[in-house]
Amino acid sequence: MARLTDANVVVAKEIIARFPRPKSALIPLLHLAQEQDGFLANDAMAHVAELVGVTAAEVYGTATFYEMFKFERVGRYCLNVCTGISCHLMGAWELLEHAEELLGVKAGSTTEDLLFTIEGVECIAACTEAPAVSVNHRYRYRVTPEDMDRLIDDLRHDRLGGEFPAHGVLARVRQRTPDNWAGTGAAAQQAVDAR
Amino acid sequence: MSDATVPPTPPDYTQPGRVPTGPKLITTRFDQPDGYTYDGYVRTGGYTALRKALTEMTPEQVHQEVKTSEMQGRGGAGFPAGTKWGFLPPDVFPRYLVINGDESEPGTYKDRKLMELDPHQLIEGVVIAAYAVRAAQAFLYVRGEMALAQERLAQALNDAYAHNLIGRNILGTDFSVDVVLTWGAGAYIVGEETALIESLEGERGMPRLKPPYFPASKGLYLQPTIVNNVETLSNVPWIVNQSGQAFHDLGAPTSTGMRIFAVSGHVNHPGVFEVPNGITTFRMLFDAPEYCGGVRDGRSVKAFIPGGASAMWFFDEHLDLPLDKPTIDKAGSMLGSGAIVVMDDTTDMVAACWNVVNFFSRESCGKCTPCREGTTWLQRILKRILAGDGRPEDIDLLMDVSESISPGIAWPPRQTTICPLGPSAVSPIASAVRRFRHEFEHYIQHGRAVDGVVTPPIHGVHGGARIHV
Repeated sequence: MARLTDANVVVAKEIIARFPRPKSALIPLLHLAQEQDGFLANDAMAHVAELVGVTAAEVYGTATFYEMFKFERVGRYCLNVCTGISCHLMGAWELLEHAEELLGVKAGSTTEDLLFTIEGVECIAACTEAPAVSVNHRYRYRVTPEDMDRLIDDLRHDRLGGEFPAHGVLARVRQRTPDNWAGTGAAAQQAVDAR
Repeated sequence: MSDATVPPTPPDYTQPGRVPTGPKLITTRFDQPDGYTYDGYVRTGGYTALRKALTEMTPEQVHQEVKTSEMQGRGGAGFPAGTKWGFLPPDVFPRYLVINGDESEPGTYKDRKLMELDPHQLIEGVVIAAYAVRAAQAFLYVRGEMALAQERLAQALNDAYAHNLIGRNILGTDFSVDVVLTWGAGAYIVGEETALIESLEGERGMPRLKPPYFPASKGLYLQPTIVNNVETLSNVPWIVNQSGQAFHDLGAPTSTGMRIFAVSGHVNHPGVFEVPNGITTFRMLFDAPEYCGGVRDGRSVKAFIPGGASAMWFFDEHLDLPLDKPTIDKAGSMLGSGAIVVMDDTTDMVAACWNVVNFFSRESCGKCTPCREGTTWLQRILKRILAGDGRPEDIDLLMDVSESISPGIAWPPRQTTICPLGPSAVSPIASAVRRFRHEFEHYIQHGRAVDGVVTPPIHGVHGGARIHV
């Protein structure tokens, strides 16, 4: 897999320009790479390193700290079952077990058809809606085993339209840099850094 | 503005049924279908506070209103926001404002709602705060997993720029500031403000060595930086419109204003409630229809966590305590991030304790040895107890390891670590072992839980491949 596409390089440069120092754009750019490929390919990380002006090792060092970044191919749908304390009390483990039985793989694994990856994850901030599940970071609340059956069946048969974009896609709206961008932060910091 | 000569009489919040539910300050648009859009926000009074602040008030006056409000930060530590702003060294520029939207304390569910359902209110608070502290730029750091919040904030920022509410010469004034949306990628510790700053610099999210204790002196790029929580800044437009004194008149005298609590766990109607500080947990749990309507199946409260997974647990004798900071601190726990988790009498306390400890062991960044090693050992000891392999010395061992992370195992916790994550893993141990020691002993002697509790099929303990991914 690949370096960032030309179109994504344009997006990346716009993101970098919004920060006083380029390396601050590192995590947003890694998300961009993951959005492009579904995971972080080595070439993409090396490309990000070039764009922000650090070594590939520094990029890898940062990327491996964060749980959302995947370094190998995962399923089109990452099914995350929350196991935080509120969900733990409300049936999360039973739900995770149910999902494993339905998909025939254990938590942490991907189905052979590369459609699903199941994970038990830390609190996803939906505690009053326990047990909560997210698919590619889109939420489902107070999920029963029957809801889980239906959700997986619907995903398998692509019946949910655009509700769950492919793994790696987060916000479908990007912040733009408009004409009235002030640029005062970057200018002031660069003046300090030049001293 | 209230009459300064007549101090308001604080209502008796300890008496069930005697407290008004209070006005809504920042959750007014939660039920408004288009509350997250620019049009929906402006139609309901949005951006009037920003206009007022920029055209009628000096930065010092805005700061003074927030100081007068005595609003305690809503992120967890409860430090007064106005005082924090005052820590900025007077002559060092550029300064930055960082908004902590990395909500991930187990039990906490408010900032994501505020970002998804009322993003403009947050942005208005951010621009006003940036004006008050003379920030050169503001960074909205949203938790990586919160895709919808990122989407709504991106759209709201684009709309706010288009209406000249952020950017160059805002509303035709001399004031200019940019607000940049950025995000994390899954790491609880990044909620710690210096770790968040590291992450914002493109680094691994590990807390910085203290001192300096406040990034106000050295923060982002070692420049003066204010880090505020999403809920804290969402209150700022209301304070500017209605005055700091009006905010101070709400809630309890020692914990002013309204506050959002998420009540989850074994209650009939879990929910997110904006209530006056000083309300009792009892009222929120048992009152209906506005609150939770009781514990499920008419059962009793075995324990509850008052302020997120890091907090010491409370028990039924604490239900009538008013939820204000000094009262809860004195009783040996904290309000933290406004997260109340209720456990009924069927809860397996050893399993619940393991769950919270396992969270902290997984989320330890690894920088400090007592936390990195200690939380892992605690988790493993609890796991073997749950698996029926507990040893008689294990309870003492749990307390001994806890002692190494947090000497004295007291509240407020002392720490042998840079940040409070390690000591947070001690809270569930101290709470559960001290109160429910017999449940641990039963596991160790008989290899299973006491009768009458329900043990969830935890992975790695009761079959399954591994504890977590």
